[in-house]
Amino acid sequence: MHNTSPETEIRAEKSEARLPIFPRRLLWPLVALSLLFLVNLLISPEFFHLEVKDGRLYGSLIDVLNRSVPVAFLTIGMSLIIATGGIDLSVGAVMAIAGAVCANLMVGGVDNLFIVVGGGLCAGLVAGAVNGGLVGYFKIQPIVATLVFMVAGRGIAQLINGGQIVTFQNANFAFIGVGSAFGLPFPVVLLVGVLLCVHLLMRKTALGLFIEAVGCNPKASYYLGINVAVIKFFVYCLAGVLAAMAGIVATADIQGADANNIGLWLELDAILAVVIGGASLLGGRFSLAASIVGVLIIQALSTTIILSGIEPKFNLLIKASVVILVLLLQSERFQTQIKTLFAMCDPRDRHNVGRELDGL
Amino acid sequence: MPLLELDNISKTFPGVCALDGISFDVHSGEVHALLGENGAGKSTLVKVMTGVYARDSDKSNEGEKSTIKFCGQELSVLELASPANVQKLGISTVYQEVNLLPSLSVAQNIFLGREPKKFGLIDWKTVRKNSQILLQRFNLNIDVTRPLADFSVAVQQLIAIARSVDMSAKLLILDEPTASLDTKEVETLFRILSQLKSEGLGIVFITHFLDQVYEISDRITVLRNGRKVGCFKTSDLPRTTLIQHMLGKELQELAQREKPDPLKQGVEDLRDAHLRLKNVSVGSTLTNINLDVPHGQAVGFAGLLGSGRTEVCETIFAITPHQSGTMVYNGKVCKFKNPGQAIAASIALCPENRKSEGIIGELSVRENIILATQVREGWWRSIRKHKQQSLSKQAIQEFGIVTPDAEKPINQLSGGNQQKVVLARWLATQPKLLMLDEPTRGIDIGAHVEITKLIKKVCAEGMTVLVTSSEIEELVAFSDQIVVMREGKQVAELSGNDISEANILAEITNA
Repeated sequence: MHNTSPETEIRAEKSEARLPIFPRRLLWPLVALSLLFLVNLLISPEFFHLEVKDGRLYGSLIDVLNRSVPVAFLTIGMSLIIATGGIDLSVGAVMAIAGAVCANLMVGGVDNLFIVVGGGLCAGLVAGAVNGGLVGYFKIQPIVATLVFMVAGRGIAQLINGGQIVTFQNANFAFIGVGSAFGLPFPVVLLVGVLLCVHLLMRKTALGLFIEAVGCNPKASYYLGINVAVIKFFVYCLAGVLAAMAGIVATADIQGADANNIGLWLELDAILAVVIGGASLLGGRFSLAASIVGVLIIQALSTTIILSGIEPKFNLLIKASVVILVLLLQSERFQTQIKTLFAMCDPRDRHNVGRELDGL
Repeated sequence: MPLLELDNISKTFPGVCALDGISFDVHSGEVHALLGENGAGKSTLVKVMTGVYARDSDKSNEGEKSTIKFCGQELSVLELASPANVQKLGISTVYQEVNLLPSLSVAQNIFLGREPKKFGLIDWKTVRKNSQILLQRFNLNIDVTRPLADFSVAVQQLIAIARSVDMSAKLLILDEPTASLDTKEVETLFRILSQLKSEGLGIVFITHFLDQVYEISDRITVLRNGRKVGCFKTSDLPRTTLIQHMLGKELQELAQREKPDPLKQGVEDLRDAHLRLKNVSVGSTLTNINLDVPHGQAVGFAGLLGSGRTEVCETIFAITPHQSGTMVYNGKVCKFKNPGQAIAASIALCPENRKSEGIIGELSVRENIILATQVREGWWRSIRKHKQQSLSKQAIQEFGIVTPDAEKPINQLSGGNQQKVVLARWLATQPKLLMLDEPTRGIDIGAHVEITKLIKKVCAEGMTVLVTSSEIEELVAFSDQIVVMREGKQVAELSGNDISEANILAEITNA
């Protein structure tokens, strides 16, 4: 938000013509991530060590990226769903279904990679369509509609697997999870590609604007002629497909489909990542970049805790504390309080500050 | 000694100075009207009084001090820190939008947060009995156990006022309380205000209806662009002077009705009807509406609240598609299924309820302006950023929208400016049929004149305009044809020389 005086107007117009490259929302999540890196720099500098082996980069940073991929896929979908004012609890279960479908296709003798992956993605699409239909057309509350699939989905995956952990041998499929391209793990490359596609779909068309409009004020959006039901249906479908992708990557990584454990509780990580990225659960503005930074914070935190050699029993407690800190950093009220605290150290301003503190 | 005394109050928002050194006072037993155009700073001043906003801190180097005194005591920043604190002091506020809980019962709403207790449990019997007694004072004989949402906005407003008064307020602030009330309800409200006044309450009254100002107020304070123009005794201030103070210029012409040109009328008869409704009905809300609108005509819908004016617009716009009858638009029978199809056919509707149906609060002014155009273009073809900027810039200039820049979220603008954005949004789609549902509700007199001019202008360009309004004077000013509605039926059509305030009033009140 800038205040343009006539003299600066021409310059301002030029700069406004470009997309804001650095949205304000990104600031605090990035600060948090940097702080996390700083901690690593102090306690274990080897965190930043990178080396090239067989034409692929290795190191903790790359690990963080690679391990983030499944949650990152979920988070892209979750960002859009939360932007419409909804939520999707079923994505973890959808991961399991997609993994089970792929594994069973391969065990059943299908060798064509496209059919295997396509089958998995279709399963995700169907699940997303069920969620989207319930939420968009039947106006069932998102948390209820997707809770059904969260519970039932894992059951479906177990049925597909016949109650077993289905393992498979397929080098092509395994490449999706463990291969490498452009010197990076393949899942990371895949994620970057998908993220770019979704970003372009949102910001180069008007879809992103419509999603935000629906999230901010569904009634006014309807009066504007936006087909609210279709928009909601679409985001749940997209989230379903992205969840299936996450499931495929996770399944390919361990070369087996474990219906009980694949993607377990990851939907909560995805929601947390979106919130750390500064989104409101009530819907409205979204930023894919900020959500992805949220994912990186969560994953970097886990890696940091392991590297720091703190006893594992403290892990969850530390994670929770850091998350609360990040959320506090974004709270406007907290920011003003910190600012006044800093200002108090400045003797020139002490008089005014006392008064401001009264107001808090 | 004044009951409430504000001295030298300033409030700045990023880029806008909303209040600039305002002084204001209210005595016990008086009604003090606060007037001004949209964005003059009325609402901001109220929010400072009620603790929603904190006033700017003093500029110590200039030696000016801002104070707020209540009952002779200076209020500290702490006492003004939250609306709840201020309410405890005895200052109650009723806002234009009802701030109660729609799903709770009327009685629960009235005693919310201060329920009478018996053996540590809420004494519901007393709650119900006292609510009933309280509302009878307001001439409301309603079932207090029914949910608040069952009642009309007007009744809800009266309930909100009753609640505030009952909380033993010393000062009552009413922000546009009459915007959604009809004449009879306003009478009831004023009777109660007079009674409260004689009991020694101070009342701050904000409204756009100048008639009401002269009827009830003792003093008038006029604000313009965040500055105080002056404080006047109502009896010493002629109406024209007041309007001049509000607008800050000589009022050249309050829109005058042009006499219909017989030649023009003859031509109109030759033209095809642009929109024709035949026996259109929707459930029990609308029955057998017949309408014949030639190109470029302005049709006004008169009637009381809930008479079906809004429903006619919403039916044409397919928000509630018609169930029987036919609608002929541009010579073709149309049955739109959703607003999207109506928009595709170049129809536009500015809805009645700006906040919930019009603006999309979090989005910027620019996005709010281009959205309707974008919907027409479809989701795939995004309007380029520089085109969006030039469109919004043009609209901001053309409609005189007061905003520091086009990227400001629209919910930070004043009500009148929001309404201008909604108008700009629809005119950007270049509609053939424009429907305005209460376009001047909660808007000051300057914007009234502007909107009336705008309606005449777009009609001259060949656009067909349908307008609903509670203000008959306004309808008379621009309508070529007037439809009077009552209880979902059309009870009269007036055109040509029959259009006069007296005739319309007679039709509305005729049973």
